[in-house]
Amino acid sequence: MRRSPEVIPAAGPPVRSRLGRARIYLLFVVGLLVVWEAAKFIGGDPWRYFGWEWRPPLKFNVLNDQGLPHVWDIVGTMIGPYRRNADQSLFVYLLLKALYTWREAAIGFVLGGALGMALAAAFVHSQLLERAFVPYVVASQTIPIVALAPMIVFFFGNNVLSVVIIATYLTFFPVTIAMIRGLRSPDPRALELMRSFAASRRTILWKLRLPASLPYLFTALKITATASIVGAIIGEGPGAIQGGLGWSIIEFNQQYITNPSKLWGAIFVAALLGVSFYSLVRLVELRVLRGRPEASAG
Amino acid sequence: MTGERVTDVPVVSLAGVDKDFALPGGATMTALTGIDLDLRRGEFVSLIGPSGCGKSTLLRLIGDLTQPSAGVVTVNGKPAPQARLDRDYGMVFQAPVLFDWRTVEENVRLPLELTGQERTARDARVAEMLELVELPDFARHYPYQLSGGMQQRVAIARALTFSPAILLMDEPFGALDEMTRERMNSEVLRIWEQTGITVVFVTHSIPEAVFLSSRVVVMSARPGRITRIVEVDLPRPRGVETRESRRYFEMVTQVREALRSGEGSGTSDDSLASIERAEAEGLTG
Repeated sequence: MRRSPEVIPAAGPPVRSRLGRARIYLLFVVGLLVVWEAAKFIGGDPWRYFGWEWRPPLKFNVLNDQGLPHVWDIVGTMIGPYRRNADQSLFVYLLLKALYTWREAAIGFVLGGALGMALAAAFVHSQLLERAFVPYVVASQTIPIVALAPMIVFFFGNNVLSVVIIATYLTFFPVTIAMIRGLRSPDPRALELMRSFAASRRTILWKLRLPASLPYLFTALKITATASIVGAIIGEGPGAIQGGLGWSIIEFNQQYITNPSKLWGAIFVAALLGVSFYSLVRLVELRVLRGRPEASAG
Repeated sequence: MTGERVTDVPVVSLAGVDKDFALPGGATMTALTGIDLDLRRGEFVSLIGPSGCGKSTLLRLIGDLTQPSAGVVTVNGKPAPQARLDRDYGMVFQAPVLFDWRTVEENVRLPLELTGQERTARDARVAEMLELVELPDFARHYPYQLSGGMQQRVAIARALTFSPAILLMDEPFGALDEMTRERMNSEVLRIWEQTGITVVFVTHSIPEAVFLSSRVVVMSARPGRITRIVEVDLPRPRGVETRESRRYFEMVTQVREALRSGEGSGTSDDSLASIERAEAEGLTG
C-alpha cells in the first residue's frame, strides 16, 4: 500500500533561461561600451578618423583621451606587444601576471578561510574566548591595509609570504563573522536530537553545525575571493614582488601620461581575475550545496 | 522484546520529581511538582494537558534533555543520563528536524554513523527502517521534496534506527492537517505493534490521545502536576471502527472531564512554554 508520491521534481534552471541570461549579460556589456563612447562623443577630445573630424560640443577632463581612452585604443594596446619588439601581447603578458597574483591570493584565501573557520569554531564553543577575542578581531579590520602592508613586509621580508599574509588578513574576517553565525544556525531541536543520539561536541560540529553553516560560509567566501585578490595586488607594491599584476599596475601608473591604455588594460585584467575567482567559488558552491532548497539562490 | 513485555519492572520511572526554572531576577517558577509515574514496558502512554502544564518538560526529563530539580528519573533501570548515553530512546519533535543537506536515507542513517557500524549492516538497517515507514521509494529524495506527513515519517524512522526501548514523541503530528494526522496515528500504532517499543506521546488532542494510548496521563498547570491517569480499555487493533465506537466517545468524554476538573487554579500558562523554548535555545550557545 504505497502512497501517491507528492513530490516536487528537482529540476535545475531551464537551459533557455540560462541562454537568456547570457544574452542579457552581453547586452549589458555592449550598452556600457556604447555609453562610454557616447560620452566621449559629447564631451571628449576631437575624433579624427580617415580624414573625418568631429569636435565634441562639450569638454570634460575625465572624458579626454588621457582620462578615458577610446575602447578601440585599449583593445589595440592589449593585442599589441607588451613592450617594443616583444613577441608577447600585452593581454597575454597581463594574464600571466594575473595568474601569478591569483596564486598568492588563492593561498591567502585558503589560509584565511581556514583561520576564519577555526576562530569561529572556537568562539562558538567557548563564550570566554568569544568575549575575549572578538573585539580584537573586529579592531584588526579597522586598520587600513595600506598602513599595515609595509609593516608586514618589514616583519616577513620582500617575498611572496608577505603578500600571502596580507591576502590572508583580508580574508579571515568575513569568514569568521559568517561562520559564527552559520555554526549557530541549527535549530535548537536539531541540537537536542543530536544529544538524544549521545553525540559528542565534535560529532555535532562535524555532522550538524558545519553542514548547516555551509551556505553562510559560501556567502563569505564569495566576498573574500575578491578581497584576497585586492590584498595580493596591494601587497605586491610594498613587497616589491615583480611577477604579479600589482607591480604592472604600479609600472603602468607611472607610464600613464604617455600611454593611459596600458593601465586601463591592467585594470580590466584585474577585474577579470576577480570575476573569475568569484565565479569559481560560485561554481563550487552550486556543487556543494546541490540538493538544498536555497542552493539556487544568490 | 516480546519476552520483556511481560516483566513488571517499569521501563520509565519518575519518583518525586520536581522541576523549577530560574526566572530572570532570581525568582523561580515551578514547572512540575510531585511527579510519580511508572511506565510499563511496551505501553503507549500519552501526556495531555493545557499548554504550560509541563508535559513537554516531563518528556524532556525522561529523555535527559533537561534535569530534575528534585527526585529521580530512571529509564531502563538506569539513571536517565546513562540511558541517554546508551541510546535507549528515540526522539521525535513537532517539526521533523530533518537535515536538509541529507537525502531521506542519509537522514535515517545519521544515528548509525555515530556508532561506526559496519557499512552493509548499516545500509540494511536503513532500508529496513524506510520499509517500516513505507518510504523505500523516496530514499534518494531530499526532505524539501516531501510532504509534511512524509517528513515526519522519516523522522520516526530515524528515531527508531537504534532500536531504542523507548520512543519519545513531542506533539509529533501537531503541525499536520486532520486527515494526515489520523493516517499518521494509525501508522504509529502499526509501528508500535510491530516493534513492541514503549511510546511516550505528548499531545493536546484528546481524540488522538484516546485513540493511541493504553493510558492517558492527564496533567494540569500552575504548577504542573498529574491529576489523573485514565486507562483506555479500547480493544486492539484499533482502526476506523474504533473512532466510531461508543466506548471511544465515552473515553474521550472521560479524559475531557478529567482535564476540566484539573483546571482549577487557572486556564493556561504560556510563560512556561516560552521558558521551555528559551531553555532549548540555550543549547545553541
